Amino acid sequence: MGHAVPIPRRVGRMLSIALLPALMLLTLPAIAQGPASMVDKPAPPFVRTDLHDHPVDLTSYRGQVVLLNFWATWCAPCQIEIPQFVRWQSAYGAQGLQILGVSMEDDSAPALALTRRRHVNYPVLMGDAKLGRLYGGVLGLPVTFLIDRQGKIAAVYKGQTDLSVMEREIRRLLSAGGQ
Amino acid sequence: MKRLILLAIFSGILVFAAPHSFAQPSHVSATTIPTDRLIQPADLPPLLAPGSTEKPPVVLQVGSRIFYTEAHIRGSIYAGAGSQPSGLALLQKTVASVPKDKFIVLYCGCCPWNRCPNIAPAFDRLRTLGYTNVKVLYIPNNFGDDWVSKGYPTDK
Repeated sequence: MGHAVPIPRRVGRMLSIALLPALMLLTLPAIAQGPASMVDKPAPPFVRTDLHDHPVDLTSYRGQVVLLNFWATWCAPCQIEIPQFVRWQSAYGAQGLQILGVSMEDDSAPALALTRRRHVNYPVLMGDAKLGRLYGGVLGLPVTFLIDRQGKIAAVYKGQTDLSVMEREIRRLLSAGGQ
Repeated sequence: MKRLILLAIFSGILVFAAPHSFAQPSHVSATTIPTDRLIQPADLPPLLAPGSTEKPPVVLQVGSRIFYTEAHIRGSIYAGAGSQPSGLALLQKTVASVPKDKFIVLYCGCCPWNRCPNIAPAFDRLRTLGYTNVKVLYIPNNFGDDWVSKGYPTDK
């Protein structure tokens, strides 16, 4: 049995000050790390109903590549992306791409009106704080997650994004084949 | 004849462009806010600390309620989305009992600074109402990256 070596009070205080930031970092929840911390992790499952009351269960898309886009009608960069997503759903849907939109606004009416106006051809559901937290803390828009055929988050895009980069990654994930 | 064709083309452009332009979210850019009215994220936490020698400001979130529920500046109040008439009405109601010279800090962080639709209308409304000591938290990217991820005081 060894004896505990007494640490002088001053040294102890200095140690605790030095270790405090490290401890704080270790205890910070996922939300503090943001959506980018979700890369390479399994996409958190969720079940919601879309704007037309159809059920949307993320796990039912296993085997497909899922583009999960958090957006809002008041978000200007989101408006640029949506027409491209509509084109991708048409172009790559048969190869296994499924786009899902998550509207992060307080009221569904503007989202419904915009999806009609833009002829959105993929399910859009209403998000909330719980879903945002589940995906690492969605606290700014747009945020898009690319989920591979095995249900793992392959990439996260935040803010205004070069859509050609996102499309290259979609093609890569699609060419990775089925389950 | 040439004039008629040009007129027809112009009218056509107007007819097709008008609904799309209305479809875009209209907003006053945050870049219209004078720079001397901005406060940097690193400068706010000391003012909110319990032992601060200064009187803490009233901090108001003027963006999405969902984002506020998810995470917000410790002690801040949700005051409605500045881009919506209903949001500005809530802001007006929220500050109704606040003295006109009280230090108020507004923030949003829903989108990159120059694309935020909420912050400038909220700032303009408070100025119109006669509030003289209003500052705006400068959030260049979004609230998650520029506040929460940096470990500044947050309530969830």
